[in-house]
Formats: sequence, C-alpha cells, structure tokens
Amino acid sequence: MTDEKPTATPPRTAFWNNPTFRSLAFQIIVLASVGAFFAYIVNNTLTNMAQRGISTGFGFLDLKAGFGILMSLIEYDETYTYGRTFFVGLLNTLLVSFLGILLATLLGFVIGIARLSRNWLIARIAAAYIEVFRNIPLLLQILFWYFAVLSALPSPRQSLSLMDLFFVNVRGLYMPAPQPEPAFSAVGAVFALGIVASLVVARWAHRRQDLTGEQFPVLLTSLGLVIGLPLIVFAVSGFPLTWDIPVLQGFNFRGGLSLIPELVALLLALSIYTAAFIAEIVRAGILAVSHGQTEAASALGLRTPLTLRLVVIPQALRVIIPPLTSQYLNLTKNSSLATAVGYPDLVAVWAGTTLNQTGQAVEIILMTMAVYLTISLLISLFMNWYNKKTALVER
Amino acid sequence: MTILKTLTASAVLAALFIGGVHAGTLDTIKQRGHVQCGVNTGLPGFSFPDDQGKWNGLDVDVCRAVAAAVFGDAGKVKFIPLTAKERFTALQSGEIDVLSRNTTWTTTRDSSLGLNFAGVNYYDGQGFMVKKSLGVNSAEGLDGASVCIQAGTTTELNLADYFRSNNMKYTPITYDKAAETVAGFDAGRCDVLTSDQSQLYALRIQLKDPGGAIVLPEVISKEPLGPVVRQGDDAWFNVVKWSLFAMLEAEDMGVSSKNVDDLKANSKNPGVRRLLGLEGIGGKGLGLPNEWAYNIVKMVGNYAEAFERNVGMGSKLKITRGQNALWKDGGLQYAPPFR
Repeated sequence: MTDEKPTATPPRTAFWNNPTFRSLAFQIIVLASVGAFFAYIVNNTLTNMAQRGISTGFGFLDLKAGFGILMSLIEYDETYTYGRTFFVGLLNTLLVSFLGILLATLLGFVIGIARLSRNWLIARIAAAYIEVFRNIPLLLQILFWYFAVLSALPSPRQSLSLMDLFFVNVRGLYMPAPQPEPAFSAVGAVFALGIVASLVVARWAHRRQDLTGEQFPVLLTSLGLVIGLPLIVFAVSGFPLTWDIPVLQGFNFRGGLSLIPELVALLLALSIYTAAFIAEIVRAGILAVSHGQTEAASALGLRTPLTLRLVVIPQALRVIIPPLTSQYLNLTKNSSLATAVGYPDLVAVWAGTTLNQTGQAVEIILMTMAVYLTISLLISLFMNWYNKKTALVER
Repeated sequence: MTILKTLTASAVLAALFIGGVHAGTLDTIKQRGHVQCGVNTGLPGFSFPDDQGKWNGLDVDVCRAVAAAVFGDAGKVKFIPLTAKERFTALQSGEIDVLSRNTTWTTTRDSSLGLNFAGVNYYDGQGFMVKKSLGVNSAEGLDGASVCIQAGTTTELNLADYFRSNNMKYTPITYDKAAETVAGFDAGRCDVLTSDQSQLYALRIQLKDPGGAIVLPEVISKEPLGPVVRQGDDAWFNVVKWSLFAMLEAEDMGVSSKNVDDLKANSKNPGVRRLLGLEGIGGKGLGLPNEWAYNIVKMVGNYAEAFERNVGMGSKLKITRGQNALWKDGGLQYAPPFR
C-alpha cells in the first residue's frame, strides 16, 4: 500500500512563517544562548580563580604525588605522578563495581526466584531479606560491615587460619598466590583453545539439532574441553605451578594474595543492598510471563527446567533488563561511598587526597564527573545492546 | 513559551553572576552580623563541641578573638566543622571567612591554593602513636607496619617521605575523619596512628583504652598551624593576623582577662596603653573600634590563658608550652610590636 500524498500545493508563505525555518531558528537561538551561558560561566570561573591566585590547568598531572595508596591494581608508589593516582583510583572503582554487579546479580536472581518458591519458609526468608536490606541506608550498611563485623576479627598475631595456608584477621584475608613457571603458559593456551572449541561445538550442536532434532551433550563436552584438557596438559608438563604462601613477618602477613577488609565491606554492602532491588525486579519479570505460557510448554511435553530455560526466562528477561540496567548504574555510582571506610576508589584517592594536595578542585571534580558519566553511559550502552538482543522479534 | 522562559532564566542567572562584585570581607561580615569560621569536625583541645554543643579549643579561640575584635562580642561566630579534604574549597568558595583548623603552613598552600596564612597559633610536628602491646619504642622499628592516617593532610606526605628516606615499607589506610581514624586504630586495622603530636594526645583520650597506647618520641616534620584567609583581601587578612598577635602581645605585656579592666583604668605602661587602644592609632587602620584588642583579651583571654585552658595543664591534654612558649621564655611565639 502506498501513501496518498495531498495534491494541492500549499499557498506560499513568508519564510518566517515557514514551520521548518521557525523550528530550526528557535533551536539555534536556544542552543546559542545555552552555549553562551556556559562559556560565560567558564570564563567567569577562570577569571575569578586567576584573581584569587588559585592555579589552574592540568600541569599538576605530571607532578610527583608523594603519598601512599592502600591498594593498587597497577604498579604505584610515592614516586609516581598525580596522573597515575587517577588511574589507580579509577581501576579500584572499576574493580569494586564489576565485582559488585556480578555478586548482586547472582544473589538477586537467587533471592528473586526464592521469593516465588512454593516453600513457605524459603519465600518468607527471601521476603524478609528484601525488606530488611532494601530499607536500610547503604552508608549505614557499609559502616556496619566495616566497623561492626570485620573489625571484630582477631589481630594478625592471633589470625584464624585454615591449614596454615589461608589466614583471616582484622587486616584482611590472606591466601596463597599461584606462581606460574614458564611451562604454565601451555596450560593457559590449552584453556583458551578449550573455550573457543566448546563455542564452536555449541554452535554446531545447535545447528544440528535445528536440522535433525538430534541432541548432543554440549555441557559435558564443554566441561571436558575447558577443564579436563588443561588439567591433562598441566599434569603432563609436570605441574609447573608453585604457591607463594603468606607468612607473618613483623607486623603483617607478607607474600600471597590479600583481600583488604575495606574492599570486602564495600563489596558486601553494595551487592547485598543492590541484590534486594534486583530480586524484586526478577520476581516482577517472572510474574509478567503469563501462566498460560508455562501450561502450553508442559502441554508440549517440556520438563520444568527446560520450560524455565526456553520459555519463561527469555520472556522474563525482556521485562527485567531495563530496570536491571538502572540498578547496575546505581551500584557503580554508590561505590563512591567507599571513602567512608577508606577503600581507595576514585573519589577517595583522586577527588580526595589528590584534590587536597593540589587544590585544583575544578579540574579534578570535572574529571571525576566525566569518569562516572562515561562508566554509566558504557554500562547503559551494553545493557541496551543486550536488551535489543533479547527483545521480542516480531515476525 | 518554553524558549522565552529559558531565555529569561539565563538572563536572570547571568545578571546574578555579573552582580557578584566583591565588597570587602570585613564589610560583608559586619553586615551579616557574624564571622563564619571553619573548624575541625572534632579535635579535643583545638576544636571540639562540649556537651552543650558549644565549641571549645585553641583554634576556636582564634575565631572568637576575631569576632571580639570586629563586633566586641566573642559569641558572634558561626562554626562550620570541616574535614581535612573540604577545608580549602570551603575557604576558596567563600563559604567561610577564616579557616582555623589545625592547618599546616606550606609553600603549595600559600602559593597555588589562593590562600594566606595569617600566622601560627600552634607550632607542631608529626609523630606516631602505637599500642604498648606492640613493644615498639622508636619509629625506626616500624618497618612493614600498617598506618592509619587522615586523608588530605600534610601528614600523608610526611609519612611517605619518612618511610622512603629510611628505606622502610608501610601500608597506608586513609580515612576521611578523625573519628574513623581512631576507630580503625582501636580495632587493630593498623599498628600505628600518625598525626601531629598535639592531635595524637587529643586522639589518645578518645581511645577505648588510652593507657594502652604510647606516643613515640620521634617528631618527623615541622607543622606550623595557623588561621588561613583567602588571598586578595588584605584588609581582612590584617584583621585576622593582628587578632592573633593581640593575644600574644597581651601575654607578652602581662595583660590577661583578669587584670585587663584594672590595667585599662590605671596602667601607665605605654605598650599596654597602645594595645588597649588608649594611645596610638588604635583600630583605625584595621577598620575596627579602638578597643578591639581590649575586647579580645577581655572576652577570650591572652594566648597563655587560651593555651592553658584548652591544651595545657588546665585541660585533659596536659601539653607543655615547649615551642609554643613566648620568645622571651625560649619558645617561638612572637608578636610584632604594637605601635
């Protein structure tokens, strides 16, 4: 069917009455005045700062920082620059956000499904969890985990230990660190290969099932490829891996891997708090799939796990993903509360210590805001892409 | 309509920004009716609210002295508690008129933050506090220790310098507020709490078991602490500077809150008469009433009184005068002549 176009030509009008011209002109005027307003403010700020003798510009990024940071994923000590402290803080923020999102999602899905359980006790426990953790301010929860729970652990000299390999004390959790020898790289290579191979197998099996209806044990094969094969290589090459075990030396444990209590407290609080919201979102999503769908699936002879996997969850995801995105964004932004317990995230290190040592508030706060904006937009983009993928494709 | 609204709104906002022509800080304060003073969120002896919510301390007394000089009423101060991180921004942005918050005078702060230090009201130095049970007697035995510090202080930098120059390792645990730092130390999160010596004594009385902690003898830095104002308003800078000097000069001249009325009526000493505004230029150049210094001494006391009351023998801290004695008693405190 083709659109019918009006045949009569409209009467000629003056160009300022032309709707296209008008809307364009007004938009340009608004844009220009907003632009001028911001230009004015920026200029005003710079002039005022210069007048008051406050230094401006980004030259400070190359100066030596001269202060220590508790935890860093990249190499850092006092001799590195302020610019480096930015990346140290940024990576710490990304770490806690990433782990937090992972944990919160897992926990949230479990609780959300538990809330729908037909078992009275499980459903009530899930409901109680949600109501308690959703309604206590996050900052209080962080402080609770840090100052009430984790600081009750014993001092390093009285550490709780497991087989003299794992140690827990008020300074954190210490565990053996793997020290791969050169030959270990072969194991890594086989592992990567296993992942690629199992992806290929999964695709092939899917296509074969579509064509012939025959099923293939994908899960078992993948497990064998990803775990079994590297293990065999590991054994054959003579176990090329040693462990660096933490030892108490002077004041603290040295060597091994350590997990600082600041990170643990923040992570626990963030994921437990956000999981309560995610649980409600998951419950809403599952309830949104009409019961008729489940009945139809069992009428077709699908077993319950398959019904869940093939019928309920794909449809529930469509409802779940958009609100889930905003929970992820919330979690990331809430991670800036780290500063309350001394976890060295972007706000604590960069917008805290560095800001105070250099006094360049405007530049530093602008950069910090830009970072949070970027992270949030990236999460949004990813989730929108995923949402589009799971969205209903109408045929 | 929306466009019109936007345009009007931006015009109004722009007008507001243009309208921000500076009157002098002193005039602004006189109009407002009180001094806005940035102080510590809670440091016994320097700035600490008592059980009635009234602020006390050596730093607080500087603010009260300024208010006494300007208004003849030491009570006309609004205290704004600030963390170490917030303090300079609060001053730069004009939220406070004077920052009196155990702040160290350094080159960077003087030259690139747009600040002016109006003098030194306490000569301090950084030290370490450890638990007695650790069995450490000297800072040189601290290799590998975990150290609790407060964020945004010169302490963070001195600590790094000290450990680096002595080839020792440490783990910094950086908290935002003094209270959290103490809680971290109490819980055993760190072995050492480092801060200015005076603060260590003040923080020690907040511990669960103050007797279980000792302050190590080493002092690893110079920390001249003093009130700070914004650059670019010399008149206000002078008021704050000379309010502090008035307290010192009063001690030097033997004028205290107890004998100031008597001396005002009877003293023949020209130095005392100049200080109390009976001779000389009085408060004219400062834009203050002639009896400004009299008001300070009468309402706040001289430096010795403030010291003894807040941090000295009359307080819980029991800090001796040491470097903070007057120049003629072998200390560093010195006021330029009042003439």
